[in-house]
Amino acid sequence: MLAHQQHHITLPEGSIEKQTTTLNVGPTHPATHGVFQNIMELDGERIVSTEQTVGYIHRAFEKLAERRPLYQITPITDRLNYCSSPINNMGWHLTCEKFLGVETPKRVDYLRVIIMELARISDHLICNSIVGVDTGAYTGFLYVMQYRELIYEIYEEVCGSRLTTNIGRIGGFERNFTNTAFEKLEKFLKEYPKVLKEFENLFARNRIFMERTIGGGAISAERALNYGFTGPNLRAAGVDYDVRVHQPYSSYQDFDFTIPVGKTGDNYDRFLVRNQEMWQSLSIIEQAYKKVQEFKGTDADIFHADVPEYYLPKKEDVYTKMESLIWHFKIVMGEVDMPKGEIYNAVEGGNGELGFYLVSDGGRTPFRLHFRRPCFIYYQAYPELITGGMLSDAIVTMSSLNLIAGELDA
Amino acid sequence: MALTNQYIQEKLQEKFGDLVSNFEESYGLLSFEATAANNLKVLQFLFDEPSLQFQFLTDICGVNFPDDAGREISVVYHLHNLSENVRLRFKIFVPVAAPDVFTACNLFSSANWMERETYDFYGVNFVGHPNLKRILNVDEMDYFPLRKEYPLEDQTRIDKDDEMFGRG
Repeated sequence: MLAHQQHHITLPEGSIEKQTTTLNVGPTHPATHGVFQNIMELDGERIVSTEQTVGYIHRAFEKLAERRPLYQITPITDRLNYCSSPINNMGWHLTCEKFLGVETPKRVDYLRVIIMELARISDHLICNSIVGVDTGAYTGFLYVMQYRELIYEIYEEVCGSRLTTNIGRIGGFERNFTNTAFEKLEKFLKEYPKVLKEFENLFARNRIFMERTIGGGAISAERALNYGFTGPNLRAAGVDYDVRVHQPYSSYQDFDFTIPVGKTGDNYDRFLVRNQEMWQSLSIIEQAYKKVQEFKGTDADIFHADVPEYYLPKKEDVYTKMESLIWHFKIVMGEVDMPKGEIYNAVEGGNGELGFYLVSDGGRTPFRLHFRRPCFIYYQAYPELITGGMLSDAIVTMSSLNLIAGELDA
Repeated sequence: MALTNQYIQEKLQEKFGDLVSNFEESYGLLSFEATAANNLKVLQFLFDEPSLQFQFLTDICGVNFPDDAGREISVVYHLHNLSENVRLRFKIFVPVAAPDVFTACNLFSSANWMERETYDFYGVNFVGHPNLKRILNVDEMDYFPLRKEYPLEDQTRIDKDDEMFGRG
């Protein structure tokens, strides 16, 4: 090919004269921890403006849910915030229970609290250690991953899977916690506080870490509320809103815990709030475990509510009794009609208020199911948080917001 | 004084009269309907009125009722008064032929993407929205996928070439 025939990139008009640089961060970039694209205008290293593109891993969950009976929606919720999928699963089951009028026994509530708080710890652990990675401290991340492993082993013992857990049933759990599960929980409760303390010591008063995070990505309480922030990000800005306290579900009212709040809503406060929440979660787990141990004899065998219409019958009955076999199929195929009506129910997810808005026309599947996904809502504030700051702070801000692409894109 | 659903209902009826209707309580949550032209006025009233103070927008989403002629598309708002800890839901209905709704962006920054999402899936035209374009789907898409007229693919279809899906 002759030189004069070569193709040349045509630059948009005025692109040579302009004084800023356009930088495309993402969609797959090691620093974005998920599929996020930002087209930034930079003046040197300062961010002049940015535009986010989302939806790279949109999987049409809300459309899919319109064809699926209740149980088949649980695996969909796994794939929202996959760092804490048990909370999503249980949030969904709690919504179904509230909608269908199912009362769960106390022991189920406490067991659920244990799992949900373990999930919260694993969620915050990832987020905080990733903030560490982005500020240049890889060690903390690798170190705490060992202890997230302990949490995943507990999930595995309870439901058989680790990341996308599909844990529990409407009314309770698929099986009772084994002794091994409790042993693993005890092991975690024994080993984890020391590790968390060490992790905290590594970061909380570390001068490099403090200087990298204090003041970066700050938001006032007023703006945070206007942007629909929830969860640790809102609490870091100084608003003590927590669904566990304001609309207790799964017997959270039986536990004694505080809501940690920050002041400035910057990256450092978000780190501290998450860190404190992990301590609170640990204390909740300890309380719940103590309460679970108080159930003796036959009470200790309760792990689900008595709802034969929605809870799968025992496997041995399915093989030997016709009625159980029929119900097994009815439940698996979702042949049980739901009542008519609508419900909004929320739980405190790993990164904010995870809501389920269910509209039913009395069929076997939801007429409409909408997920209120916290990070979809607060990610809009990202340009406001980073404009005027340095590019390297924008990366830290992104990870400290705890954005999970799976949840954001639904 | 605790904020009760009954008080909210009375306050709204006093202010808007017949423009708000269909009050009901489902699972403790007050739910009502407003006319589409007044959605912003209702939102603003709930926001400003000192005894109501619904200043946190939890969620906006669309629902499609294809059989309800003239009211095919519904936009559902969930609001929260955080200090009194009371939630409410209100809905507006618009015809699918002209789904025009006023934007709540000036009141809530969070409404921006929620409305873009609702536009993306239901084609609701939010009048006055600063940046009304698709958010989760590709820009080239020429339909609104969550409307009921677009069913999911038939799961039993057999005309697909399995080889193309690695099952051949």
